[in-house]
Amino acid sequence: MLGYTAPSTVEEAIRILAEAPGTAKILSGGTDLLVQLRSGRTKPDLIVDIKKIPGMSGIRERDGAFVIGAATPGAVIGECEALKRVWPGVVEAANLIGSTQVQGRASLAGNLCNASPAADSVPALIAARATCVVVGANGRREVPVESIPTGPGRTSLKPGEFIVEFHLPKRPARSADAYLRFIPRTEMDIAVVGAGVSVTLDPGGACTDARVVLGAVAPTAILVPEAAAALIGHTLDETVLAALDQAARRACKPIDDKRGTIEYRTKVAGVMARRAAVIAYERAGVRR
Amino acid sequence: MSKHHVSTTINGEPTEFLCEPQLTLLDVLRDELHLTGSKEGCSSGDCGACSVMVDGRLVCSCLMLAVEAEGHAIETIEGLARGKDLHPLQRKFLEHAALQCGFCTPGVLIAAKALLDRNPNPTETEARYWFAGNLCRCTGYDKIIRAVLDAAAELRGE
Repeated sequence: MLGYTAPSTVEEAIRILAEAPGTAKILSGGTDLLVQLRSGRTKPDLIVDIKKIPGMSGIRERDGAFVIGAATPGAVIGECEALKRVWPGVVEAANLIGSTQVQGRASLAGNLCNASPAADSVPALIAARATCVVVGANGRREVPVESIPTGPGRTSLKPGEFIVEFHLPKRPARSADAYLRFIPRTEMDIAVVGAGVSVTLDPGGACTDARVVLGAVAPTAILVPEAAAALIGHTLDETVLAALDQAARRACKPIDDKRGTIEYRTKVAGVMARRAAVIAYERAGVRR
Repeated sequence: MSKHHVSTTINGEPTEFLCEPQLTLLDVLRDELHLTGSKEGCSSGDCGACSVMVDGRLVCSCLMLAVEAEGHAIETIEGLARGKDLHPLQRKFLEHAALQCGFCTPGVLIAAKALLDRNPNPTETEARYWFAGNLCRCTGYDKIIRAVLDAAAELRGE
């Protein structure tokens, strides 16, 4: 028989999770968990709803850096003008998850911990060098977002651990990010390929720092340093974009499925990386 | 495991109910509270037939546990009309014949209300994206969009 509890502090949640007999599942927005409960894919003994814990939902700005509560719904992220100005790619990625209705509930922590290789917010968060704060019986640790997913449906979180917040660092001048995904329709679908690109430019428009991350082309979102290296030191031209495209394609280890073949996904990954880079450069150029 | 006692507000009325933790808000609305306007389509958050507002935010009631409603304000299709006076959205849906079988209609109307609460003057494109999570299998989208934009104009006093 399923139990439900909604602790009001992080400490209480940690204790409940440590003492829970059987399996416990963290409930954030629930847009993945409730579907899995109904289908029987997950059969927890206890659901621990973290939304009653203060700070789990909401966005705080501190000296140009941002803290996003683990359970903050996508719709709230999309309404945060300050965050949109500094991290437009993170916001557009978070807002691509599901419908308007799903946006009313779905969270970054849920998107990350559900560990779909096609999760839209994850490549953008990794490109942004986002970290997350993980808590559990053994204390608190801040880790890069890319260290959480280990494969489809699997994470590096130990039993009883959960994410309380995400940190996005302060941005230098002329920095911006972008996220693009390819789906066969215009809205509400699962990424065939996703690409997140974050760049910092010098006053002449040449790239001084870059992160390129691909989604849905490997068991987890993948950071592609070779693709970033293709950008660093350069303004965007066809030669640079061709090198980026090639590096992105080389990093792909996709599967064949109904959404796309290996060959198709690989080709599209190069295209998405190019287009996201163009958008990120354009945005960085106007952000002083 | 015992049932949970939940205190909530539904369409402005303080409402309490007892529920088992695995029940969705949609289950309780329909089967306990007999508010059967919200429909069960897919039960996976794809179709939007179960759309309700929680604290003014559009959600699928099939993707929310009933126990999560504790302390929150829920608005369902039953709260849209004032007695026998239909909401302008409901009137415009009739005028434009923006429904065929009607199964998606309660969810579409709640989604429309949520849209116009936020954006009194949406473009057609904005409206179409907003309704991406409301499926109509009678293919009535054009009439739905026309009815919503017409209702929006009326509500703006045009």
